[in-house]
Amino acid sequence: MKYLFYPGCSLHSTSGAYLDSLRAIEEKLAVEFEEVGDWNCCGANEYLSLHRIPSYALVARNLALAEQQVNGTRTLVAACSACYLNLAKTEKYMRTDRALDARINDALAAGGMHYTPGSVQVRHILDLIYNDLGVCKLKKLVSRPLEGLKVAAYYGCMVIRPDPDKRLRDPENPTALEELIQATGAEAIDFPLRTHCCSGHMPQIDAQVSFELIRNLVAAAVKCGADLLVTTCPLCQLNIDAYQDQVNKEYGMDYQMPILFFTQLLGLAFGLDARDLGIGKEIVSAAPALAKIGVKAEPVTPELRKRPPKAEGLPMPAMPKAFGDDL
Amino acid sequence: MPKVLQRPRRPTRTPEAPPHIIEYFRNISPGLPQVEFCIQCGSCGGSCPTAELMDHTPRQLFALIRAGELDEVLNSNTPWYCASCYFCMVRCPQEIHITDLMYGLKSMAAQSGHAHRNPAMDLSRIFAGFIERYGRAYELGIASRHYLRHPPYNVFGTARMGANLLAKRRLNIKPEKIKGVSQLRKILKRAKELETPL
Repeated sequence: MKYLFYPGCSLHSTSGAYLDSLRAIEEKLAVEFEEVGDWNCCGANEYLSLHRIPSYALVARNLALAEQQVNGTRTLVAACSACYLNLAKTEKYMRTDRALDARINDALAAGGMHYTPGSVQVRHILDLIYNDLGVCKLKKLVSRPLEGLKVAAYYGCMVIRPDPDKRLRDPENPTALEELIQATGAEAIDFPLRTHCCSGHMPQIDAQVSFELIRNLVAAAVKCGADLLVTTCPLCQLNIDAYQDQVNKEYGMDYQMPILFFTQLLGLAFGLDARDLGIGKEIVSAAPALAKIGVKAEPVTPELRKRPPKAEGLPMPAMPKAFGDDL
Repeated sequence: MPKVLQRPRRPTRTPEAPPHIIEYFRNISPGLPQVEFCIQCGSCGGSCPTAELMDHTPRQLFALIRAGELDEVLNSNTPWYCASCYFCMVRCPQEIHITDLMYGLKSMAAQSGHAHRNPAMDLSRIFAGFIERYGRAYELGIASRHYLRHPPYNVFGTARMGANLLAKRRLNIKPEKIKGVSQLRKILKRAKELETPL
């Protein structure tokens, strides 16, 4: 099955592991993600804070590009929660608000583009795997059950709320991720904060409030006995992973709670190599948790360029080789 | 048998809303229902993870809008503390698009020069600048430029985090640029002309 794919900026930088794992499980799931050509940033939460029509036009350019690429499929899949929500929301508002649609298409026309609302169906990768491929199919693909691993599902916000097309059914109490975790053989523990906010972009704006929210999540996961957290959102992963040592310092704690993308967990259950799934790119290493179930995961270390070995002794003028030794 | 209370299909409109302000809000947030349907229940503030730091809770802000106190609304830090978790939006009994309204308020404040030296707005400005220049976000550039103006809370921790991310190949040294940058700029320029003025 072929799908159009919108990776988004995070998957090209801070969440490279998400993209690696998606590409790695593509074959197993018998799907093909065709990247939308020359896509631009969706604006995340930032562009919409400054402009309204331009921010919808920014997203609509991607929709228009996807529409041009529609060939055998009209489903546009996004992996990042913010990208997904921006694409889905713009698509929905263009479908339902004729005046807005006219204004956005007026702007798109300045760049020689047009988007007909409804020609692309925007979906998140979690919804696609859970609703279209299904838990039963996933269970059949599992070749290395992750038995003994206690996993806390963390949804973040923007996939389950506001969920414009109501695909994951419950904005407060979703179960899709837990069902996927159980399909891998791991234990999906009861994690009460699974739909709470990780503070989004707040670490750059008011670090104290965001550290408190991150601490709440990590502390709850530790208290519930989780070996690791699993998420669907690049920003949640970055906040919980990269800020954890600052949070520890702030609160005088020593939490070491790794957080992975759910596609990485699926890949592990499919018997794929941890390195191919981008495991090791996380800052709080998942290796100790994965060692419990006998999965070896090495942290990614930078390959430094080696200097050429220094010559012994002080540099001395030497006779050029051309003269030979017999001079 | 007690009679089961039926929820009205379309929420009733409160009469005191000044029409010109409500009309403006209708323009900045797509879809219905709108701010005039707020029944002041407080579910929004109760659900908000950052409410304690806000000048006004969303409920108070909506009351101010209806009272026509636009200046106080635009000077409030409330929209800028919205982390976009959408809890209020799904819990609102009147189904008001609260998060979208917050975005509308932020853009109103930014465009009318109300949000002065506000770190959240500066972050948005820097982010938008990189998008307009390259077509994609450039995390390293955004973070370094933002931190020059608003130093991080934990300078050494942030520096260590940046070094860790770089070591793990999670930050691009060079920005990615799309091919259609000039086309994107044309689209954005036209879209800015189509924006509803305050």
